[in-house]
Amino acid sequence: MLAFIIRRLIQSVVVMLFVALIAFVVFRYVGDPIASMVGVETRLEDQEIMRDRLGLNDPAIVQFFRFIGNAIQGEFGISYRLQQPVSELILSRLPATIELAFASASLALIFGVVLGVFTALRPKSLFSAGIMAASLVGVSLPTFLIGIGLIYVFSVELGWLPSFGRGDVVDLGWWRTGLLTESGLKSLILPAITLSLFQLTLIMRLVRAEMLEVLRTEYIRFARARGLSQRAINFGHALKNTLVPVITITGLQLGSVIAFAIVTETVFQWPGVGSLFITSVQVVDVPVMAAYLMFIALVFVLINLIVDILYYFVDPRLRLDGGGSGK
Amino acid sequence: MTTTFRRLGAALLASTLIVSAASAETIRWARASDALTLDPHSQNQGPTHNFAHHIYETLVDRDVEGNLQARLATSWEIKADDPTTWVFTLREGVTFHDGAAFTAEDVVFSLDRARSEKSNMRQLHVDVAEVIAVDDYTVEVKMNGPAPLYPNNLTNTFIMDKTWAETNDVVEVQDYAAGEDNYAVRNTNGTGPYILQSREVDVRSVLSINENHWAEQKPAVTEIIYLPIADAATRVAALLSGEVDIVQDVPVQDIERLSSTDGIKVETGPENRVIYFGYKFGDAPLASSNITDRNPFNDPRVREAMELAVDRDAIKAVVMRGQSIPTGVANPPFVNGWTEELDAYPAPDIERAQALLAEAGYPDGFTVTLDTPNNRYVNDEAISQAVVSMLGRIGINVTLASRPVAQHSPLVTNNQTDFYLLGWGVPTFDSAYVFNDLVHSKEGSYGAYNGGLYSNPELDAMIESLGTETDLEKRNATIAEIWQVVKQDRVLLPIHNQVLAYAMKDRITLPVHPENQPLMTSVTFAE
Repeated sequence: MLAFIIRRLIQSVVVMLFVALIAFVVFRYVGDPIASMVGVETRLEDQEIMRDRLGLNDPAIVQFFRFIGNAIQGEFGISYRLQQPVSELILSRLPATIELAFASASLALIFGVVLGVFTALRPKSLFSAGIMAASLVGVSLPTFLIGIGLIYVFSVELGWLPSFGRGDVVDLGWWRTGLLTESGLKSLILPAITLSLFQLTLIMRLVRAEMLEVLRTEYIRFARARGLSQRAINFGHALKNTLVPVITITGLQLGSVIAFAIVTETVFQWPGVGSLFITSVQVVDVPVMAAYLMFIALVFVLINLIVDILYYFVDPRLRLDGGGSGK
Repeated sequence: MTTTFRRLGAALLASTLIVSAASAETIRWARASDALTLDPHSQNQGPTHNFAHHIYETLVDRDVEGNLQARLATSWEIKADDPTTWVFTLREGVTFHDGAAFTAEDVVFSLDRARSEKSNMRQLHVDVAEVIAVDDYTVEVKMNGPAPLYPNNLTNTFIMDKTWAETNDVVEVQDYAAGEDNYAVRNTNGTGPYILQSREVDVRSVLSINENHWAEQKPAVTEIIYLPIADAATRVAALLSGEVDIVQDVPVQDIERLSSTDGIKVETGPENRVIYFGYKFGDAPLASSNITDRNPFNDPRVREAMELAVDRDAIKAVVMRGQSIPTGVANPPFVNGWTEELDAYPAPDIERAQALLAEAGYPDGFTVTLDTPNNRYVNDEAISQAVVSMLGRIGINVTLASRPVAQHSPLVTNNQTDFYLLGWGVPTFDSAYVFNDLVHSKEGSYGAYNGGLYSNPELDAMIESLGTETDLEKRNATIAEIWQVVKQDRVLLPIHNQVLAYAMKDRITLPVHPENQPLMTSVTFAE
């Protein structure tokens, strides 16, 4: 057991180092950070002095190890754009992203399961056909288009909901939440819908397929034969067995919701880490980009690690020492 | 940290309570990006200066016509017996937001800080030898030589309180390489018309009126809520839905729709920024061309053919939706040295252009790559696309390479481009600024953006003389002469001057500022 966890931890560290390396290589091609840090009047000699000060003239390998060394201490330097410590910037933006991600994940889960079950139980009804058609639209429309469309309808035309920002926030000291004010909650609605649509359709189709599968199994027929009520069969037996894979997928999707938030956050000027990343890319704010990529990698690595460890408890076949992991 | 709490509290209170008298007017002002920092000398960037102008003040600044006007200095002149020294007389009775008196020592401290090694403003003060406080309200700035235009360089150099800076340990400008940030990045103490109440980077900043400001005319706007909204469509939607009052960076394609919307009006005006194309000079063959034995751009007939092929009016009508001012000179109309004759441009003439190309020895044209930024100027990439098809009509086959500005601008400064688009604003409002960077041979501090490596020693000598010539008539004659050569020689291929558009609710009027630095003190309300 301990050996398995240690092995997985070592693998995770290797993955993180790899991400750091790839990120570092990519940054050599995103442009010149100095160009966006100085005005056009700045002499080229002065730009050179700045490059030296920032260590941009050192050999790449030296820069890489300096970056790794600092990253291990949670030190990502100062943002070129905002001149504030990067770790502080990311921490201050994280609550917004996490609240948005959880709101979207909850929406996706609740509606996805409900609609999935419905379309599985009434596959012939007109409503189900409509839902299935709409879900195709939800999957194929780009996020920014959905966002702009919602803004146009609910903010510009109807004037019901704010088109940008997070509304008023309450500072709890270690967390800034928008969930405690009316304007904060109102501001959350449109971005949460926008971000959840893709996941919602995914979960819905998954639930529907699983449910149809389960409803065809022997034990469901047997339950019918025993004269159990339709309701007990559908919700007691079928749904319970349907939800096992759904929970796994949802856990894994949470990582991508946080990563996918970039577009939604940009459209709604949502002050999270995603919009911070996009702004940083535009001006080649390397310290912020590096920290963000490392952070996203960490989220995925952690989620995978937790899922693996849970499986380890669930699936006895994994406990044979020497057996291949992750089959 | 505690100040953040206090500020947040204040912001929350301000948003729920009615602040003062019935005449209180709040403006919600949105633009594409936030100020980068509050440290007044650390970044030389438009939006950052624009925001700072509300909190801090400069010795002199520009009105909406582009003229210098007095701000913290009431007058300035060259010392009678010493052409290398500027004397500034300071405004009396001015206080900083914390109550400290504004005196000459603050000006000396601020100018020294602005020209210190880590300051991004230092280039504008490179000729300063020494700054001296003569008495409490007189400052002398000694230059290395005669510098007749030095006050032009002061319009974005803000004055801080020396004591405040020392108390909070911000005598030095923020250093990127340091491990921590500087107090001045997040806190302010200026003499300006508004006081910072709260700031959340990239989200919202709140400013309230400074009741003790020296100006006799109190501004109509008593509170400013500054809201950066990066996405253009969202920014416009926020105005349409009534969530903001003024939008500063309006995309040209939305101007018409906004103008025809009830309750919204659009103010437009020329910006101090010209968009032009540059090309590689010299005999060496171009890196991206099929002509491998010589450089087609080096032939004046080819440059003339290109100018005749480009239809500036079509670019204005189609690409810019009417929102540009076509020009024949790479110099915005506000700038000293601009004339109607220079501004004139030839009508497109495809036949003549083809004849010129054939004459130059390229009857079948040639190929070349055009480098363009795609996120810096208004419709920059679309302008380049239009020019590609226009040049195609005379047989010059252009491949377009489009990049974000962070990758584009090093190509120009490192001379790695054969043909490029660039924009140029002239903060000093004088032609010398254009010549120094775009026309002078690339050497030392000159010609940083002369990516085509044009080099004309005679012009270089004339350009250098502008820096120290104190006889303004003689100086202007030299400027005219230089422009004559630059236009004849077609050193650059100018296209148009950009137009700025601000959209606002129709009871508000905010005049367009040529440097895109509008002050909310200039807002008026219709009754």
